[in-house]
Amino acid sequence: MRAGGERGHGATGRHAASARAAACLALLAGLLLPALPAAAAEAPLAIHYLERRIERPSPLNNEDPIPDDEGAAGTELGLADSNATGRFLGLSFALTRTLVEPGADLAEAFGKLGAPRFVVVNAPAEDVLALADLPAAKDTVFLNVGAPDTRLRDRDCRARLLHVRPSRAMLTDALMQFLVFKRWGRILLVSGTEPADALYAEALKASARKFGARIVGEARFDVHGADIRDSALREFALVTRSPDHDVVAVADEAGAFGTNLVYNTAAPRPVVGTQGLSPAAWGRAVEAWAAVQLQGRFRKLAGRAMRPIDYAGWLAVHAIGTAAAKLKSLDPAAIQTLMLSPRFEVGGFKGRSLSFRPWNGQLRQPLFLLWPGAVVAAAPVEGFLHKRTELDTLGLDEPESACRAFGGRAG
Amino acid sequence: MIRLRLLALLLAAQALATPAVTSPAGAEEIFVSNERDNTVSVIDGTSLEVVRTFPVGRRPRGVTFSRDGRRLYVCASDSDAVQVIDPDTGRLLHNLPSGEDPEQFALAPDDRTLFIANEENATTTVVDAETRKVLAQIDVGIEPEGMAVSPDGKIAITTSETTNMVHWIDVPSLKAVDATAVEQRPRHAEFSRDGTKLWVSSEIGGSVAVIDVATRQVIETIRFEIKGIAGDRIQPVGITLTRDGRFAFVALGPSDRVAVIDAKTFKVLNYILVGRRVWHLALLPDESRMLTTNGVSGDVTVIDVGTQKAIKSIKVGRFPWGAAVRPSGSDRSAGAAP
Repeated sequence: MRAGGERGHGATGRHAASARAAACLALLAGLLLPALPAAAAEAPLAIHYLERRIERPSPLNNEDPIPDDEGAAGTELGLADSNATGRFLGLSFALTRTLVEPGADLAEAFGKLGAPRFVVVNAPAEDVLALADLPAAKDTVFLNVGAPDTRLRDRDCRARLLHVRPSRAMLTDALMQFLVFKRWGRILLVSGTEPADALYAEALKASARKFGARIVGEARFDVHGADIRDSALREFALVTRSPDHDVVAVADEAGAFGTNLVYNTAAPRPVVGTQGLSPAAWGRAVEAWAAVQLQGRFRKLAGRAMRPIDYAGWLAVHAIGTAAAKLKSLDPAAIQTLMLSPRFEVGGFKGRSLSFRPWNGQLRQPLFLLWPGAVVAAAPVEGFLHKRTELDTLGLDEPESACRAFGGRAG
Repeated sequence: MIRLRLLALLLAAQALATPAVTSPAGAEEIFVSNERDNTVSVIDGTSLEVVRTFPVGRRPRGVTFSRDGRRLYVCASDSDAVQVIDPDTGRLLHNLPSGEDPEQFALAPDDRTLFIANEENATTTVVDAETRKVLAQIDVGIEPEGMAVSPDGKIAITTSETTNMVHWIDVPSLKAVDATAVEQRPRHAEFSRDGTKLWVSSEIGGSVAVIDVATRQVIETIRFEIKGIAGDRIQPVGITLTRDGRFAFVALGPSDRVAVIDAKTFKVLNYILVGRRVWHLALLPDESRMLTTNGVSGDVTVIDVGTQKAIKSIKVGRFPWGAAVRPSGSDRSAGAAP
């Protein structure tokens, strides 16, 4: 079930059950494609992937682990795609991969990258901010693919920090548009105990206010380290006993219990949110708009399905490649300027051009409402209109964002 | 399309010489590939009814005919084959090696060299339909789709949907010699009849580029605006040009419209409402009518070219994609790629 939804890159309070070796502080792996014939003498443009490893809980179902190369594999495909295009223009790109173990010094790892101009960062919000604020990063453009925190698109935005990953606000707005469209506007909210769950629940509430849905009841659910698979039948019936509601919304980003909530509610109601019907930027069921091509290329490269963070990683590198191709140049300053300008557009297999919002650096994009078997709907859902583009009905619109870092464009 | 126009010209010449021209079959037949049904529907050009449907390989998309109309070529994308089919019986004659995931193709004026876009592995496969041998596999950009061969047979074109380029293939040497950048997701390419211009649709860019073939430069970018339709629903795909060089028709995808363009001034003259998600277009030989494949509504719209109005809709299979008019005599040139 988790494959459908977007989990947060919440940093805190994870259960310590990582099977990952934690031996080295920072692993540097250069991933260069073989030199391509048409690539001119010019050195390839260096793109860096920087990931903070986090300790994750064991998956509820061991058959559904979070892949070790989640995110990184997406950037690799982005590199391959960019080089495939670049060779017709004499442009080439190189990618390095840096993984920083929990507790290790991220700034030090950043320092080892030299003076990087493009860093795709897959890390919790506080790490993203710490990186963006490093004096050594003043010429770096960061592309955030891991942190969905809405605050990074709001008061905590940074001028050279672009967000490829949708914010939690975008995700829950997409879900709420669907619920309102269906007239399933009475919501029972069940949240987990992690800070990320609270943020997701908060985003759900804000979206409900925005689109005229109603939270009719709220419950917290703490797994207490127990194995929910043994107790779900009785426990969830208690938690979800509540006034009349149309759906049960669950906020459980780490996937501690939400999957088992589906079909275990007291009343026969759909589960939506982090599990059940989930809003996400990508998922296995996505195949329209030639997405099946991207899915196929990714599967060939990574040997598994493309997940939302992989998609963000692919799109981040693809955006850099697209800007370079547009300019027919590898000049990092020119590429940065184009990417940060409102006229920049990039394709993302979603049936329309995607672009970065000039007021907070968030990538506008359609989102999907998924269950593992199908795309149930795409958002913006029909009927939700906006004077600029319907895509701006998802997430913080210009007047709503407190971001002022982008050259005073915000209103 | 070039060949279609030649065919039409021949027909017209014949008509002048012998007023009571008859073709063996009596009328044209239009073959429509149904992407989701794995079938081809055959429409009678006079009655405008489906007269037969036959099964083909998996996910059929591009369709075209040999010059004599005796062989139907079908890109069966998920079967990784170009199928050669007897259009009368629907019987599979043989498969051609096509490379992986063939989506569209174009038959050269020599009536035997097929240029096939392999969407999944970024190549154009060139196959000799007579010897059934692969002549070359040419590296192009990611997700090649649109294919065209110039009327003189010297240049072949592949558009790559993710690389966003038009690739120029020198036919004598079978080498990609140049690339021209166009807007996002170029899907279809079509030479003007005199071979001086190349029309390329960009689905996500929402535009059609007209390229000067001599300089390989974009000389005009045509954009579309339809009242009450959001700009990003206007997604140009199929293109067809009339042989007199007056009009270009462009299928605009989920806007459910076909644009009529003055092919000389590049001005958009009209939008014709058709079925849902219109993919490709086929002009009948006398150019009085045009058929559109409408993917989502599963039908074909018949347009009266003179009045620029839709006059009929014909139910076909699920997700109709390509359409080709069958040349109905051995003295005629080949039908058109979608």
